Amino acid sequence: MSLLQIEGLGIDFGGLRAVHDVGFSLKPGEIVSVIGPNGAGKTTLFNMISGVYAPGRGRVVLEGEDVTRMPPHLLARRGLSRTFQNLQIFQSMSVLENAIAGHHLHERGSVFADLFSLPASRRRSKASEESARVLLERVGLGRAAEQEAGSLSYGALKRLEIARALALKPRVLLLDEPAAGCNAVETEEIDHLIAKVAAEGVSILLVEHDMKMVMRISNHIVVLDHGEKIAEGEPAAIARNPRVIEAYLGAQATEVQNADG
Amino acid sequence: MRFSSKATTLLILIAVIAIAPVFFPSSYYFRVGSLIFVNGLAVTGLVVLIGYAGQISLGHAGFAGIGAYACALAPVHLGLHPALAAVFGAALSATIAFLVGRPILRLKGYYLAVASLGFGILVSMVLSNEARLTGGPDGMAVPELGLRGVLRTVGVDLSNTEFWYAFSGLVLVLGAWLALNLYHSPTGRALRALHGSEIAARTVGVDVAHYKLVAFVLSAVYASVSGSLLALQNKFITPDVAGFMHSIEMVTMTVLGGAGSVLGAILGAVILTTLPQVLTIFQEYEQLMLGLVMMLVMIFMRQGLLPSIARSVRGRGE
Ligand SMILES: Nc1ncnc2c1ncn2[C@@H]1O[C@H](COP(=O)(O)OP(=O)(O)O)[C@@H](O)[C@H]1O
Ligand SMILES: [Mg+2]
Repeated sequence: MSLLQIEGLGIDFGGLRAVHDVGFSLKPGEIVSVIGPNGAGKTTLFNMISGVYAPGRGRVVLEGEDVTRMPPHLLARRGLSRTFQNLQIFQSMSVLENAIAGHHLHERGSVFADLFSLPASRRRSKASEESARVLLERVGLGRAAEQEAGSLSYGALKRLEIARALALKPRVLLLDEPAAGCNAVETEEIDHLIAKVAAEGVSILLVEHDMKMVMRISNHIVVLDHGEKIAEGEPAAIARNPRVIEAYLGAQATEVQNADG
Repeated sequence: MRFSSKATTLLILIAVIAIAPVFFPSSYYFRVGSLIFVNGLAVTGLVVLIGYAGQISLGHAGFAGIGAYACALAPVHLGLHPALAAVFGAALSATIAFLVGRPILRLKGYYLAVASLGFGILVSMVLSNEARLTGGPDGMAVPELGLRGVLRTVGVDLSNTEFWYAFSGLVLVLGAWLALNLYHSPTGRALRALHGSEIAARTVGVDVAHYKLVAFVLSAVYASVSGSLLALQNKFITPDVAGFMHSIEMVTMTVLGGAGSVLGAILGAVILTTLPQVLTIFQEYEQLMLGLVMMLVMIFMRQGLLPSIARSVRGRGE
């Protein structure tokens, strides 16, 4: 059974059909990539799935439950987590605190206990701090824990967002261009991390421009152009699809061939 | 030195409160001190609202008014002990903050500012107009707390000003302790997260509307207790306590000192409570000087006094 099912999803901004009639599904532990040129509607699609935008048409079904237009914090409780293409970091917090904040659903409790710093409150904070440190190690930010988040490089902040999203212990993880701004070594690390997270049973929906990475780790690829799905299938088939090559891969053809070989 | 750490802040606060009286030449200074603590308490509540959660209120004097008039009215009409009346006022403020906060916290930025301003004006109008109950603009008397008499029976004999200095100082330290606990707690993190990025806070599961309301209610209780303390120590109260100017003063102290830190905001309360007394040497230019100081601080120290100073000290050390 599919974990996440998207059916005929669409939204307009004024006269612009940003996304129209997009559908696909995601099985447990599967990595599905959404690719397409800039402005194709990938981020808008993510925003509709994660409850940031209310879709004008279609449905989002999570584990058999219709969650269309459900606010993000309720989707989070159902195990859906995401990162942002345009970073959304808690700037005035340290790197560690950003990662701890991702544990909100696991650490929240009574305000009273928090005000008086009761043992229960301190225990919850301690547990999420320990987990946050493990997650920071996992994304290669273990040594930056005490730094102010604002002082990190763009690539490092991307990885911090992944750590924060993992803190939720999600069942579905939406990653919007996680490797943007990362160097080759960092990109490879993110590549491994995503594969490992998926191997643990988390379903991953990925938007990424690095085609080597997309072709290597995706089980399934959905191609968007001008807000519509123009193709969908296994990486090898997508790489050969003439319509996809024309709309998007043309410019990146050499890279894709390298990845194939 | 890390100004954000809980122990450091509390230590500095307790040390200053305990040691300052050594340098007081007259009882007048105890009076100024207790006024600082009363303002400091309201401002600590606003640190939770403004500094942690990133929300604004230009109507919090309304809650101070509720706390103050609860101490004046509840002993007479409900037969409550003045201390219980303050607790009653805090509960009433929390309830009203809950009801008012729900609709207005959906607003952002200056819309929220104007809506909260309206709330403050509403409270002060009611207090001025219900003259039969509140004495109207002329104000009304507030009964004695009575704690000083109790202390005397156990051998602690304090003058009136000394007592209110010590008692308000104690309540301030308690208030600061709670706010600092909150900062490093799951609730505090949720508040600071939604301040940093509402959208990211939502996606990690923070119920943003709920947590904004938590901050609003907590800060209302701080303002209410501050109003109660003011009423009890003055033994007299007028609707000015709930007035627009008082709301603006609270926010100015918080932002001037540094809304992000409890100690910073309390420093703001110290400065804006004492500066008018000091600036009287400029006579008719007093208000002008005060305005100038406020403008200069905000232009050159946007984070507020304490965080800016702490940053530059740290910067030089490295
Ligand atoms: N909030 C919005 N208001 C108006 N137009 C938007 C909004 N968000 C996205 N768009 C438009 O929708 C289209 C798709 O954008 P986006 O989803 O960001 O593309 P991608 O992520 O594939 O690069 C673009 O034309 C963009 O300008
Ligand atoms: Mg995008």
